[in-house]
Amino acid sequence: MADISPGQVVGVDVGGTFTDLVELDPASGRVRLAKVPSTLDNQAFGVLNALTAAGCDLAALDLIVHGTTTTTNAVLERKLSRTGLITTAGFRDVLELGRRTRPQPYGMTGEFRPLIPRDLRLELPERMDATGAVVTPLDEAAVLAAGKQLIEAGCESVVVHFLHAYANPAHELRAAEVLRSIWPNDHITLGHALLSESREFERGVTAAANAAVQPLLARYIRRLTEQLTAGGYHGDVLVMNGNGGMVSAARVAQEAAKTVMSGPASGVMAAAYTGRKAGQPNLITYDMGGTSTDVALIRNAEPAVSNEIEIEYAMPIHVPMVDVRTVGAGGGSIARVNPAGLLEVGPESAGASPGPICYGRGGRQPTISDANLLLGRLDPSKFAGGEGVSIDDVRAIFDTELGAPLGLDATQAAAAVIRIANTRMAGAIRMVSVSLGADPRDFALFAFGGAGPLHACALARELGIPRVMVPPRPGITNAIGCVVADLRHDFVRTLNTPLDTLDPAALHAVFAEQRAEGDRLIAAERIGIREVRHVYSVDMQFIGQTHLLRVPLERPDVDRETLQQLFEAAYFRRFRVQLDNIRANLVNANTSVIGTRAELDLSTLIDPAGRRATLAEAETDRRPVFFDDWTDTPVYWRDHLPAAFTLDGPAVIQQMDTTILIEPGNRAQGDADGNILIEIGAAP
Amino acid sequence: MTLDPITLSVIQAGLQQVCDEMDLSFSRAAFSPVIAEANDRSDGIYAAEDGALIAQGAGGLPVFVGTMQYSTATLIRMIAEGKAAEPQPDDIYIVNDPYLGGTHLMDVRFARPFYRQGKLFCWLSNTGHWPDTGGAVPGGFSASATAVEQEGLRLPPVRLFKQGQLDPEIYAIITSNIRVADQRIGDVKAQAAALLVGEERLNALMDRYGDATVAAAIAELRQRAAVQMRAFVDDIPDGSYTSTAWIDSDGVVDEPLAIRLTVTRAGDGLTFDFTGSSAPCAGPMNSVRATTLSSVYLAMRHIFPEVPMNAGAFEPLTVTGIAGTFLDAQYPRPVSGCAAEVSQRIAEAVFAALVTALPDRVTAAPAGTSGNFALGGHDPARGRDFVMYQLSGGGYGGNAHHDGLANGCSTIGISKAPPVEIMEQAFPVLYRRYALREGSGGAGLHRGGFGLDYEVELRRGSARASFVMDHGRFGPQGVLGGQDGAPNQVTVWRDGAAYTPLHLSKEQDIPLSPGDRVHVRTPGGGGYGNPFARPPALVLEDVRLGRYSAEEARRLFGVAVTGTPPQVDAAATARLRG
Repeated sequence: MADISPGQVVGVDVGGTFTDLVELDPASGRVRLAKVPSTLDNQAFGVLNALTAAGCDLAALDLIVHGTTTTTNAVLERKLSRTGLITTAGFRDVLELGRRTRPQPYGMTGEFRPLIPRDLRLELPERMDATGAVVTPLDEAAVLAAGKQLIEAGCESVVVHFLHAYANPAHELRAAEVLRSIWPNDHITLGHALLSESREFERGVTAAANAAVQPLLARYIRRLTEQLTAGGYHGDVLVMNGNGGMVSAARVAQEAAKTVMSGPASGVMAAAYTGRKAGQPNLITYDMGGTSTDVALIRNAEPAVSNEIEIEYAMPIHVPMVDVRTVGAGGGSIARVNPAGLLEVGPESAGASPGPICYGRGGRQPTISDANLLLGRLDPSKFAGGEGVSIDDVRAIFDTELGAPLGLDATQAAAAVIRIANTRMAGAIRMVSVSLGADPRDFALFAFGGAGPLHACALARELGIPRVMVPPRPGITNAIGCVVADLRHDFVRTLNTPLDTLDPAALHAVFAEQRAEGDRLIAAERIGIREVRHVYSVDMQFIGQTHLLRVPLERPDVDRETLQQLFEAAYFRRFRVQLDNIRANLVNANTSVIGTRAELDLSTLIDPAGRRATLAEAETDRRPVFFDDWTDTPVYWRDHLPAAFTLDGPAVIQQMDTTILIEPGNRAQGDADGNILIEIGAAP
Repeated sequence: MTLDPITLSVIQAGLQQVCDEMDLSFSRAAFSPVIAEANDRSDGIYAAEDGALIAQGAGGLPVFVGTMQYSTATLIRMIAEGKAAEPQPDDIYIVNDPYLGGTHLMDVRFARPFYRQGKLFCWLSNTGHWPDTGGAVPGGFSASATAVEQEGLRLPPVRLFKQGQLDPEIYAIITSNIRVADQRIGDVKAQAAALLVGEERLNALMDRYGDATVAAAIAELRQRAAVQMRAFVDDIPDGSYTSTAWIDSDGVVDEPLAIRLTVTRAGDGLTFDFTGSSAPCAGPMNSVRATTLSSVYLAMRHIFPEVPMNAGAFEPLTVTGIAGTFLDAQYPRPVSGCAAEVSQRIAEAVFAALVTALPDRVTAAPAGTSGNFALGGHDPARGRDFVMYQLSGGGYGGNAHHDGLANGCSTIGISKAPPVEIMEQAFPVLYRRYALREGSGGAGLHRGGFGLDYEVELRRGSARASFVMDHGRFGPQGVLGGQDGAPNQVTVWRDGAAYTPLHLSKEQDIPLSPGDRVHVRTPGGGGYGNPFARPPALVLEDVRLGRYSAEEARRLFGVAVTGTPPQVDAAATARLRG
């Protein structure tokens, strides 16, 4: 195993708007940060700009870990490589027909665009049955003909997706061999390769997504590494996957679909890492941005991972991903009074353009951000007052649009907008945690993103959450996630066997195989690791059920009786239902193999030299902030706060990338790593 | 007590949250895939005095919009009349009688009294579709039933849980009368536990805001929902709008059934007058009053999804003229088709009537059938009997903004179809095709979505095929110059010979042998607007993707597409379009 000292590490995350970078030199404790605009056509420019902006010396760096939205954007915007599908006769439309749904329960409208257009979806004779027995042999000449037809049609990538290939992949494997003789590159994705489970639509979409983004990701990574090398970089490039683990740039394109949603995953990984070090292993992460809010659950410093995520309507990408749920509320959510005279906030958003009124980009509809501004929670000098729009303009719009119909003044209307928005967000966070079987009161709320720390205390109060945690650099949490992430490989094997007939030795053999494969992959990476952890679980259900419940296992060598007991206990905790005479099914056996990297010291994310000795010295301003009434409130500059401090709300803490609101009655304290922990209701 | 609008909004969100958590709890813990996967269930809060809907979960099956307020109202009346037992804390009533404010027998409703300080404050109620409630055929959808007794066990409101304890005697009666009874206990407990979740969450809400405030908010929210619905009704010009929608047959007598509707806007209300609709029918395509009203409400909610679900939203809507028609069937008329089929046709009638008044909001008719194909038989390889259901989607109607969606779920549902691979794992069948039904979308400026074309073969043993589908005789209606979508087609291939069911879309127990096949083509959606106004480039794209043939492009859209690769012949197109 390689040297485990991490050397100089850079984490760089490309988001929709900004590319964020953090460089850590563990030896000296030096930290460099950068935030530059993303360059979405070729994200590599933004990455290089960020490295330049931070003043990084490429030759001195040892490791770059990269989170990219290349694949996410490609799928969501359908800016995909030209991709063909070769599939079982009679089934070419599976990718377009989906599972017979509509986008929303009410409203008989909606559209859907499949990843591969119909003229590039070709059928040929072959068929397996559900047991994996051949019904119709593979027509190899037809494979060749279909491959040629797709090449002539300009396809760069191809998917071979046959019915029941999870039960017997022989036809897919043979078709791939035949195709390799003519296909001009190695962009051939087999349906069973990423996801070997039944359900032809989900497996097919997962494979199609992989194929359609693979050439894009491969090209992007190649260009990026070439440019880095040209700049003098000799270290490794690792890429974040959606499961919150890293994989080497050389391998990443092979399973390109796994990088989808890597951005949100890295934020959650940063939260898990930061929380564990701060003694807060159970967290609900709350990342509020301009248009939406991402929420995830972390138990015992392990983020919940799901392999059944649908990234948008009818777009299931069933590879293990950190289970991040999106709630449709952000700083740009629009407030309006509906015909019944009730105030509504969202789901429509002013987005980044025109954005909230206070951005001065032409927005004329009241938003959550505007309400925060009117209530003194955001710094008026930073927003309105500059170009085009004054705080009086914002107030005037609140007066006419909301105040007049509600019989309130602009301030009361703004307070109402915040109250409604918080109620809705709290409800959504509650639904996320309840659906994952968790009571929010058992967690701390980890607030990040530009707007998260402004609302976190109110949400915690609403949800009965006792504590809020705000990391040192909430606006670059995803980049920090890249720096701290582990190597990680997740394996899922479908057994789908009643517990009564399960051969425990077979289960143990599956776990052993998964473990060996993960160990092998991790040993193949050049990066140094501290230890390899193996996390085992099974997905179970009562016979006759369709939903699965994940049951964590302390150790892989369990017997049937233990499995039944663990499952019943987990089931009772979750549903408070006890079912005595019904036996269980073991559906999936899962192993995560995690290569833990050396601990990084994050205490220098805020420069210790900049810290002041007393709170009074960190106070930059006082201004009236509206809570239940206007209250004279101290404003602190985060980077100036003493390393250890205690303060009682009301207070506003500002920093480069966010604003933290501490309501009256809350007590905030700084910890050794530079986090702020806010105890709800702890102050007099 | 007068409440500020902000507190009102907060309590509205809180009540909604209570219901959404009940929905979630029910689905996650349920056994039956109909509930767990297809979300064929709903949870809500209902007024103590009259059962009026206070709030309902957003994820409930649309067909249940409003239904439980009628069953709760009936329960309250029966308690008052001494026909049902007085409630005690922690009791749960069970009822599935269609004529007591229900749908079909399979939709089993639970109701739990909710007390504050010893006084009944409201009812928590939910409905779940049980996979079986007895009767002539597994699953309860008999296409040829002529009385409700043939459809299953009918339960009046009785207390299945008495002060928190399951009554083993009532439960024994139920399980002795239904199929696959051993797994029902899981669903029963899930359904009861969801109501308990509702009770806890509602108590928390009331503890926080105070009983008087919550009670005042409920009254005020009801009034405001009515105001909101009236504001939407305001968009409809004064006048009357008529439509007719057809059901192929009742499954017993091979004659179409008509839904005749006149919607009249007068003042700030809408009247839905069904006078002239067909008389009650012999077969199971009858609807009961609660289902008919709910079907009107769900159609309106498809048109105005913004309206909150509470009784106030329904106040401006008056339904008349159903007495004596098949939309208000009385005991013992069979009703198994009401929730899955008749409800969708009522919605189609509402859409067809209102599209001229609200052309921006209303779509052409969607496929509008649940496409229920049941195959029951014996699998010798496994030595056991099986019953397989294939419910299928169809095309949605074109609309002002875009073409209709392909293979959407039923108007009254939100469920996913099971994958072919799962069906083949569970049953002795092989699907030969599961494809987009080419040419099925009704032509229009914005064409209808495409239906589904599937063919399934029996591999071994013997089986009987039954169909409860619709739109086999008449396709989903096109609007504003658009054409109808393709009608549903069923062909049964036995010994290589094609057989068409007598009622086209409905027949019970057609025997199949190994190698025999069932071929179903589901309806396409209706077209919206004049097809000759559709941009030729879009027609070309459909031809290029094989969705329509060049001949169809010429005939239906007046666009000449020629050559390889296909191109639009502009001159010929101009001549065709005149």
